[in-house]
Amino acid sequence: MKKEPHRNGHAVQNAEPKLWQLRLYIAGKTPKSVTAFENLKRICEEHLAGEYEIEVVDLIENPRLAQDDQIVAIPTLVRKLPEPIRKIIGDLSDTERTLVGLQLRSSTK
Amino acid sequence: MTKTVMKPKSAPVSLPKCTTGIQGLDEITGGGLPKGRPTLVCGGAGCGKTLLGIEFLVRGAVLFDEPGVFLAFEETAEELAQNVRSLGFDLEDLIEKKKLAVDYIHVERSEIEETGEYDLEGLFIRLGHAIDSIGAKRVVLDTLETLFSGLSNDSILRSELRRLFRWLKQRGVTAIITAEKGNGSLTRHGLEEYVSDCVLLLDHRVEGQISTRRLRIVKYRGSSHGTNEFPFLIDEGGVSVFPITSLQLQHKASAERISTGVPALDAMLGGQGVYRGSSVLLSGTAGVGKTSLACHAANACCQRGERCLYIAFEESEAQLLRNMRSIGLDLEPWVKKGLLRFQVARPTMNGLEMHLASIHKQVEAFQPQLVIVDPITSFVSSGTGPEASSMMMRLVDYLKSREITALLTNLNHAGTVLEQSEVEISSLIDTWLLLRDIELNGERNRGLYILKSRGMSHSNQIREFLLTDQGVQLTEVYLGPEGVLTGSARLAQEAKEKATAVERSLEIERKRGELERRQQALEAQIAVLQLQFQTDKEEMERDITCEQAYLEKLEQGRHDMARSRKSDSNGHIVTPKKARK
Repeated sequence: MKKEPHRNGHAVQNAEPKLWQLRLYIAGKTPKSVTAFENLKRICEEHLAGEYEIEVVDLIENPRLAQDDQIVAIPTLVRKLPEPIRKIIGDLSDTERTLVGLQLRSSTK
Repeated sequence: MTKTVMKPKSAPVSLPKCTTGIQGLDEITGGGLPKGRPTLVCGGAGCGKTLLGIEFLVRGAVLFDEPGVFLAFEETAEELAQNVRSLGFDLEDLIEKKKLAVDYIHVERSEIEETGEYDLEGLFIRLGHAIDSIGAKRVVLDTLETLFSGLSNDSILRSELRRLFRWLKQRGVTAIITAEKGNGSLTRHGLEEYVSDCVLLLDHRVEGQISTRRLRIVKYRGSSHGTNEFPFLIDEGGVSVFPITSLQLQHKASAERISTGVPALDAMLGGQGVYRGSSVLLSGTAGVGKTSLACHAANACCQRGERCLYIAFEESEAQLLRNMRSIGLDLEPWVKKGLLRFQVARPTMNGLEMHLASIHKQVEAFQPQLVIVDPITSFVSSGTGPEASSMMMRLVDYLKSREITALLTNLNHAGTVLEQSEVEISSLIDTWLLLRDIELNGERNRGLYILKSRGMSHSNQIREFLLTDQGVQLTEVYLGPEGVLTGSARLAQEAKEKATAVERSLEIERKRGELERRQQALEAQIAVLQLQFQTDKEEMERDITCEQAYLEKLEQGRHDMARSRKSDSNGHIVTPKKARK
């Protein structure tokens, strides 16, 4: 498990500062995992600069953790905070859908 | 929990098999599910797929020390444990002992957004982790297809499922995958494409308001198997599958004979009664005494110190005991001694399978030497005809395989052919006794004869069957010119015969007297004749003497005369012959 906190301290969109806790489940360093992580980082930097925290969980190292978040598909991105929990599966190559999934953008937009 | 584990067939098994431990299933699959391969179990809602899977794991863990993983897609581990607790399965205990791992996999579509490429590696990892944590040999995936409703990318799912089954094979675990039955296909999402080794189809049908569960082996690659639909049952002991007929016909045949409880009937059956472990059918119309005869057999069984299970569908235990007392048969002591057990149930209370299962269970628990089913015709009312006969076949088969003598009564309805049992099991029956009414002279009497009795010489005569204060008795019927005479006609005939016999003996006496008299007369006559003869003889002898004396005198005279004439001495006085000289 490795944590990569990215905090820039600037509230861009909201007056209230809030922390986005994101967890990315992967299974080894597969191309899909790498793509997903890169996509996630890019999206976060663009939309949540300084307000997010990404935790990458490699299930090959910690298979026990898959149970807690009901992980079936790999890669899965879980938005732990803010609630409610959201799950986004896939390599996050579809930015629009990722934003909808993270509820950074309503699906009508 | 006592479960019999059927041994796999001794014939060369081409495929290694994994004994399920589920009653009957190993028998029809010829030893179990294909070892190290996935098996698909499909069927509609509520047909028992999950339970079959659970039992497969529990039996494996308890009986064969093979730990198992249950991957639940529909229920949480707690719900599952609660659901099967009523069947006597303690999942929590097994989980604690590391014999079982339950993982609940929940995929909620509304929570999930799909963005691009993914795979189901998470599922693999979880399954792999569960398998590794307890060293599982068995895996159940219940119901994998829910993934299709949780994830929208069909092509990814399909390729991942294909990979999953391959992976399961590689891991060498014996797996059961359950799936909902689809419209016109075995499974809703065509899983049968991927699982090709063994497919079981479960079914739950309601016929005549009575439901029956059935199991069919759709395919079993590399193994012979029963292809029929086998009824199965879920009760407090779990799943039981009943082979319609056991695949082998290898009953042991005992040469021991046991009494039917009626000495005269034993005498008709070659003098020794029926074979132990054979099946005896008593058929007849209402009120001919089937139950009475059956109770005699029960009594005889208990007298031998053996146990008897009496399954009654028409009378309550108390009623039966009271009624039998009226013919001088007190069965109550046997009940108290624990040698006789009644199982009384209304035939419509359960479906056929439940009846069969409860009989099985009673037999297992009580271990009787004699089982009486009175009457088997009741089963017809709780199922259709063919079902009832297949059930009877299985029952008879089962009892035979355990060397338990079966006594079945069969109620023939008036007007039907007597020599035809209502549920058409005659071919299974070793000894068939027919009780029938004989109507004559305004009377209705009972007759009994042996329709068949395999493997023994038996009487071909009709006997009159009497219910007396001392129980059942058989007497010979009178066969007269007007046919068979029974009841008072027989008694009248017997009286008549007795009278005739007395008359005859008197006649003989008279003749004997006459003969004596005649002999006496004859002897008297002989005496008279002899007397007369004696008299005649004496008279004749006297005459002869007189005659001789006269002749002598004459000679003497002639001699004297010649001497007096003084002629030559030998002159003409001699005989003419002498004179000529």
